[in-house]
Order: sequence, then C-alpha cells, then structure tokens
Amino acid sequence: MSTTTAQHTASKIRYPSILTKVTAVESKLLLRDPATIFFGLIFPTLLLVGLGSLMPDFREADPDLGGLRPVDVYAPVALTLAIVTVAIAILPAYLAAYRAEGVLRRLATTPAPPSVLLNAQLIVNMVILVIGSAVAIAAALLVLDVERPGNIGGSLVAFAAGTVACFSVGLLISALAKNGKAANAIGMSTYFPLLFFAGVWTPGDTMPSGVRAIADFTPTGAAVEALSEAWIHGGWPSALHLAVLVAWAVVVGFIAARTFRWE
Amino acid sequence: MTIIEVENLHKRYGEHVAVDDVSFSVDKGEIFGILGPNGAGKTTSVECIEGLRQPDGGTVRVFGLDPARDRTALTQRLGAQLQESALQEKLKVAEAIDLYSSFYENPADGDELIELLGLASKRDTQYRKLSGGQKQRLSIALALVGNPEIAVLDELTTGLDPQARRDTWALIESVRDRGVSIVLVTHFMDEAERLCDRLALIDRGRVVAIDTPDGLVQQVGGEQKIRFRPSSRLDESVLAAVPGVSSVTWDGDYLVVAGAGDVVPLVVTALNNAQVAPIDMRVDQANLEDAFVALTGWQFDAADQQKDQG
Repeated sequence: MSTTTAQHTASKIRYPSILTKVTAVESKLLLRDPATIFFGLIFPTLLLVGLGSLMPDFREADPDLGGLRPVDVYAPVALTLAIVTVAIAILPAYLAAYRAEGVLRRLATTPAPPSVLLNAQLIVNMVILVIGSAVAIAAALLVLDVERPGNIGGSLVAFAAGTVACFSVGLLISALAKNGKAANAIGMSTYFPLLFFAGVWTPGDTMPSGVRAIADFTPTGAAVEALSEAWIHGGWPSALHLAVLVAWAVVVGFIAARTFRWE
Repeated sequence: MTIIEVENLHKRYGEHVAVDDVSFSVDKGEIFGILGPNGAGKTTSVECIEGLRQPDGGTVRVFGLDPARDRTALTQRLGAQLQESALQEKLKVAEAIDLYSSFYENPADGDELIELLGLASKRDTQYRKLSGGQKQRLSIALALVGNPEIAVLDELTTGLDPQARRDTWALIESVRDRGVSIVLVTHFMDEAERLCDRLALIDRGRVVAIDTPDGLVQQVGGEQKIRFRPSSRLDESVLAAVPGVSSVTWDGDYLVVAGAGDVVPLVVTALNNAQVAPIDMRVDQANLEDAFVALTGWQFDAADQQKDQG
C-alpha cells in the first residue's frame, strides 16, 4: 500500500512537464553556443549555396551526371551533412560532458530522472536538424533552382532513416567517450570519414566505384543514395540502402544503449 | 523521531569493500555528522541513503522508504549536495534554481534561496563563470530548493577559503533552524565539532563510535593540559596532590599539568596558595582529533586535509 501512496504523491509532477521544462532549458543552452548555431543551422546551407554560386561549373548541366547539374546532385549530400553534423559533431560532446561532469548524477538526486536530459538533448538536436535542413532545402529550391523532390514520401523516409542511423552512431560515441573532450575527438575522427562517404568531396557518380561500394554500407553513404533516389529520381529508396540504415540504427543503437553509463 | 535508519549496510565495488558494516540512525531536527578519513566509506554510505546506489547487504530506510526502490517519493523529501557534480556550463544561476524547483511539488521560494545563499548578484551569471565557493553555495541552494525535510551535504566546505567556510557553517545552522534535518559528511574535525549534534566516526568501512562531539572526547578520557611558566620555584608535589591531576611534567621552563574534571580552577587555586603565578598559561582541551586518534589508532592526516583544501 505504501508504494501506491508514494507513486500517487510522485505523479503530481508528471514526466511530460519535466521533459518540456528541461527541453526548453537545453534549447536555450544550445543557442548560447555559437558553434552549434553555425554548424547546426547555417553550415549545410552555406556549403550548398557557397558551392552553387562560387564554383563555375556547379550550375551547368553535366553529361557525366546524366545531364544533371552538380548542385542538383549536391542537395541530398548537403542534407546528409546536416544530419551527420548534428548527430556526430554536436550531440555526443554534450552528452559525454553531462555524464563526466556529474550533471546526470546531480539530476539523479532530484525527482527528475537523468534520462530526461538525454531525451531533451535528442529533441533539441532533432529540432535544430529539422530547421537547418529546412533552410538548406529552401535555399536549394529558391536560390539554386534545384527540382522539388520527385518523391516526397520517399525523401522523408530516407531522411528519417538516415537521421536515426546517424544519431545511433552519435549515441554510441557519447557512451564510449570518457568526457566531452574525448567525445569531440572521437566525433571528429568519425565525422570526416562519414562526410567523405556522403560524397561531400566527390558527390554522386564522381565518387570512385570502389569507394562507392564501401560507402553504400556506411550510414551517410546509404543516406545520400536513399535521398538521391527519392529526391532526384522520384523513386523509392532501395531496399539495400534502407536495410543498411536500419541495421546501423538497430545494431549500433542497441550497443549504445547497453554501454551507456549514467555516471 | 527517527527519520533515517541504516542497519548493517554493506557495499562493495568488485573486490573492493567500500562499506563493510555501517549502522546508525538520524533523528528529526538534528545535524548528524559522518566523520572519517578519505576512503572510509562515508560517501558510499550516504549515496545509499540518497538512492544513488543499491546496497549489497543490510537495510536503509528513509522515512520508512527504501531509497533504491522509492526514488521518486524519496527525492521529493530529501535534498542532496554531491561531492562531485556540476551543472550545465552555460546555465545561469537563476535558471538553475528555476529549473530544479520545477521538479518539486512544493518548492521553496527561489529568490529567497538566492538571497539566503548570497548569490543575488550572480543571478545572471553562467555556472562556468562562478567561483568554487559560489558553485558550492548554488549546489546547497539546489539541495534545498525542493523544501526537503532532510538535506544530505557531502564535503560541503572542501575547496572553500576560511571565511567562506565559516559563512557556510552559519548558513547550515540557519537551515537547521528552519526545521530541516541535516546529514553532514566531512573529513574536517573542526567542522564536525562546530556543527554536529551527534556524529558517527567511520573508519575503513565500519562505525567506530557514535556520540555527541563532547561525548566522543569524554569517551577517550577528555583530559586537559595546563601549560605555564611558574613565577618562582615550585614543588611539583603540590600540584600532583590536586584532585584530578594525572601527571605533572617539566618541558624546559614550562610545567605541564594534565588532568580531567575541574582540574583547571583547582590547579589555579593550588598555585595561588603556594604564592606562585602561572606565566603564559595555556589550557589545551582534548578535542575530536585526539578522540579520533584514540578510537581508530590512526594519526589523522593533516597533510591530506591541506591537499583537499588547496
């Protein structure tokens, strides 16, 4: 009986209201970080518009790309870059620092469970990603005259699958890193290879075929291919690319959940 | 009324036994100290009370609740200040108070707390820009923001300068006067002596003694040492005959008289009768540190304290 009473008392402050409050605070904190604003909200758009307006051939149809302009091929790459930037370059450092510095532990002594901070971080980073991506898409359509996505549903599925896969990798990094600095170091040494496989330097078919074969099995390579299929070609992401993304999400997400420590 | 009951608590990390066998109880309204050297098992013991760790043996009850199982109910009534914890770097003082108070059903007045802890001028300062003492005071404020019935404070004044330590002590006393029971973990003798109504002396994972600070000193004899330079020649046997005196020894020009009870006025009277004045007289009361050394056989490590303070 006493447990029932205890639970009844505790239920006055509900988890959703705590999550809302913590999420509001975490978004404020993220916005106090100029690097987060730049890399999360502006960087994908800046890269896309920068390349599109500065590179001489970027807006010329290229027979090597099947008559598409490089900037068309680059739009899905920029979106994937947005995902991986938030998931790998921003999120892990926050979470690892919160654990290493005892922020999670401090919370464990209050009625708020420490998991609320993790969930708030995920929400805030997802919101940043959505805004950053929306700006990049708007710039692609309005400034660079990229065609509207041929298959909007397929594009959303590809974007969501790529996001979950990359966030799982980010969570694993925050689980393995001892502190915020270590998470940054691991994050950066994961970030650049993932950008490479996304095709940031060799977009679309300009990627050497040997590299492409490997890239298909990376979260960013698969995400770019899945997005391109739906956006540029108006089809549905291939089963292979979706399977790769789901596998990264499930396997890596599972390992992250098992290895994550609250203190 | 007993509000915390710890019985035969046992906790190990792998092979390492952190707490061997600890039992004590805390009454409502008191400041209960847990005193011992570093690594004695103090922090682990209170972490079991706070519900942060699950005991491997024994029972812990706080308001009759099992901290490991009834965490949500317990945390509404128990506030904790942890030895090693921090807040989000860019969180401002007032935001932290506001955030933490939103977790509680019946929170304290945040502005009043900020005022009470002397943080009013730092309301809009980010956590990373606070000094060690300000962080510590914010940490205490957060332990109190839920209007707890018990506050558990772990190594409250470590890292503070002497003035800040004394201010913090006064603060703790005023918190107790508001009706909050306090469990104070410390390895500072003076802090325990000054603040605690009762304290448990813990050494190597076991309770060595539980008593009031005075009681602990009495337990080990509680001798006083009177040290002075006699103004003229004096036959020591005059003093040795005084009731309560246990020894009379010379230390250079100084005479050292040791004894218990009302030995000081009796010795002064005896000197007066012998027409000898005690020059540079000093009385040393046995203190908690002497009691600690006597009860544990350990020399309390002064160097270790210095290191922690620095």
